[in-house]
Amino acid sequence: MYDMRLTERVLDTETDKPKITAKGVQVYYGDTHAIKDVNVDIADKTVTAFIGPSGCGKSTFLRCLNRMNDTISIARVEGDIRIDGEDIYDKRVDPVQLRAKVGMVFQKPNPFPKSIYDNVAYGPRIHGLSRNKSDLDEIVENALRRAALWDEAKDRLSQPGTGLSGGQQQRLCIARAVATAPEILLMDEPCSALDPIATAQVEELIDELRQSYSVVIVTHSMQQAARVSQKTAFFHLGHLVEYGETGKIFTSPEDPRTESYISGRIG
Amino acid sequence: MTDATANTAPAGAGQGSLLIKDSRTAKRNGAEGRFKMYGLIAVCIGIAMLILLLTSILTSGLSAFWQTTIQIEVTLPEEKLDKSGVRDPEVMAKVTTFGYAPLLRDGLEATIAANGIETELSAKDAAELISDESVAQLRNRVLRNPDLIGQTVSVEVMASGRIDGFYKGRVTYASAERDTNISPAQLQLAEALEDKGLLNTSFNWLFLTAPDASDTRPEAAGLGVAILGSLYMMLIVLVLALPIGVAASVYLEEFAPQNRWTDLVEVNISNLAAVPSIVFGILGLAIFINFAGLPQSAPIVGGLVLTLMTLPTIIIATRAALKSVPPSIRDAALGLGASRMQSVFHHVLPLAMPGILTGTILGLAQALGETAPLLLIGMVAFVREYPEAPWEGGLFDPATALPVQVFNWTQRSDPAFVERASGAIIVLLVFLLLMNLTAIFLRRRFERRW
Repeated sequence: MYDMRLTERVLDTETDKPKITAKGVQVYYGDTHAIKDVNVDIADKTVTAFIGPSGCGKSTFLRCLNRMNDTISIARVEGDIRIDGEDIYDKRVDPVQLRAKVGMVFQKPNPFPKSIYDNVAYGPRIHGLSRNKSDLDEIVENALRRAALWDEAKDRLSQPGTGLSGGQQQRLCIARAVATAPEILLMDEPCSALDPIATAQVEELIDELRQSYSVVIVTHSMQQAARVSQKTAFFHLGHLVEYGETGKIFTSPEDPRTESYISGRIG
Repeated sequence: MTDATANTAPAGAGQGSLLIKDSRTAKRNGAEGRFKMYGLIAVCIGIAMLILLLTSILTSGLSAFWQTTIQIEVTLPEEKLDKSGVRDPEVMAKVTTFGYAPLLRDGLEATIAANGIETELSAKDAAELISDESVAQLRNRVLRNPDLIGQTVSVEVMASGRIDGFYKGRVTYASAERDTNISPAQLQLAEALEDKGLLNTSFNWLFLTAPDASDTRPEAAGLGVAILGSLYMMLIVLVLALPIGVAASVYLEEFAPQNRWTDLVEVNISNLAAVPSIVFGILGLAIFINFAGLPQSAPIVGGLVLTLMTLPTIIIATRAALKSVPPSIRDAALGLGASRMQSVFHHVLPLAMPGILTGTILGLAQALGETAPLLLIGMVAFVREYPEAPWEGGLFDPATALPVQVFNWTQRSDPAFVERASGAIIVLLVFLLLMNLTAIFLRRRFERRW
């Protein structure tokens, strides 16, 4: 089902300036220390996968990158996270503006109970990305095409997004995120609610999105991480245990914990 | 089901043939059967009580919607009603109901004679068949239409409360013997008029439109002022409680920081919902009437008091509706770079709308049926004048309210008011039913899946 194209990667990201840099990130939920001193550089136009057992903090860390943790009142984030060199936790940064730049796709497909068109058009509308109706039509069409949903959805744009199948809904959510023209796309286990065929479609899509965005994906499936990502970070109990080229992590991990996880002994 | 769970039980419990029920299974099934029966009995008792209540109200109240009337020919002489002959309503208004009463009496006498009915009653006694209210009605009719003067017109006048009661089974020949207000001879006359087709029963629109009437004229007492008063108060409650309640809930649910102050506010709102309504009446009396100096008996004060009373209900319902919107919708909106307010107003609030509307309407229905606080702010007064339209200051005019009118009528001595009170309860119940139907309709209409 997966052609070899996905495994023949061009890995020349080391020389580029990183898109996101995180230094000494700590996250607390009340008294729980969820993320312990994470340092990571995420490159532009790359797919970076966060893997690790349940509760290891990979989703929590992902949500730090667009300050979604702000919506949880007991969460506290410390450390330094920069996008293009700008501290996103700076007092002057408005999280709303940040989230327009850093799009997010959630674990469970969560389309708005509105039409397919309105779902995709919502972001551009609130950010004023279109001057007129035909502009907006174009943005919606492009976003749906990028999410490989155009052919299935073009005749039913006015129908509710919640009427689509699970896989289509998730692609709709991706289209919705893409329509806002973000620079970074965060995906929190985007395929966990999908069947294998829908998963394959979304994975293909992720590989294409890499052309334009820096994609960070949290996944439970090591196979998925191996298939779609160029860089992989392994989280365990709130620590970033190992971070490097996906090929290297899966073939010759340095840390014994990574090796145990990958070979299925922990997790 | 039970067999399957028995199989997964620890070793020993599931031993033996599945075809034979073991004692535990039989016991469990027995308990389940008994529980279902208790539930069924409870439901049946509830339904029986409801049927009993409705039948008792309907049997004693439905007749209020019918009124016995007498058809008589009345001559309207110019020399008595408009000596000047200019037909100026202001001049004509100088002739009071005392000027009109003899006309009706003569008209009835003439009608009786013209139809060949024999009666030993004097004209004065015969006129007691006619409601005192009819005189005022005739006068109003002539004042509205002065061209009638000089003609002989056929008018349909209300029969008096006793005659009306005779056709509704409340008055009999036996009771008339003991009654100073009616005699058997008068009942005979009524029957004779009925035989000639002059005494009829028709739908009583005046019951819904007329104002209240005094103790001696139950047949003329209507709900007009009470319905208007209730309507005005509902208007005030809707206009005040809905925006304030929704704004408070949205703030508490979506924006307020989680701290001790918010908790305190929450606890107090829940407590307010449980405060007896009469306490709100005392509050209204102290603040709105004694302190703010608003008029007594006015719908504005009633509306404000009922707003205070309804607010907690609306806030609690709205918060429940907001809570039921899945957090993933908020995440989706925030993840796209929507602000908090955009996520609330574009997504959360529309999805919570059916719940909010249902809660609001139920709150309004509760307010519509509320009596106690209105008694304290003087809405139990006897009001004959309709309040003006709201834009003409009608909210400050004295009015009464439906449940208060019921309370008022049940205290009067004439048994005809029992019928009126029950009729008023039916009107109140119809309004409540309509409101609840609206709530159901709105919920169906706005309900969406996610």
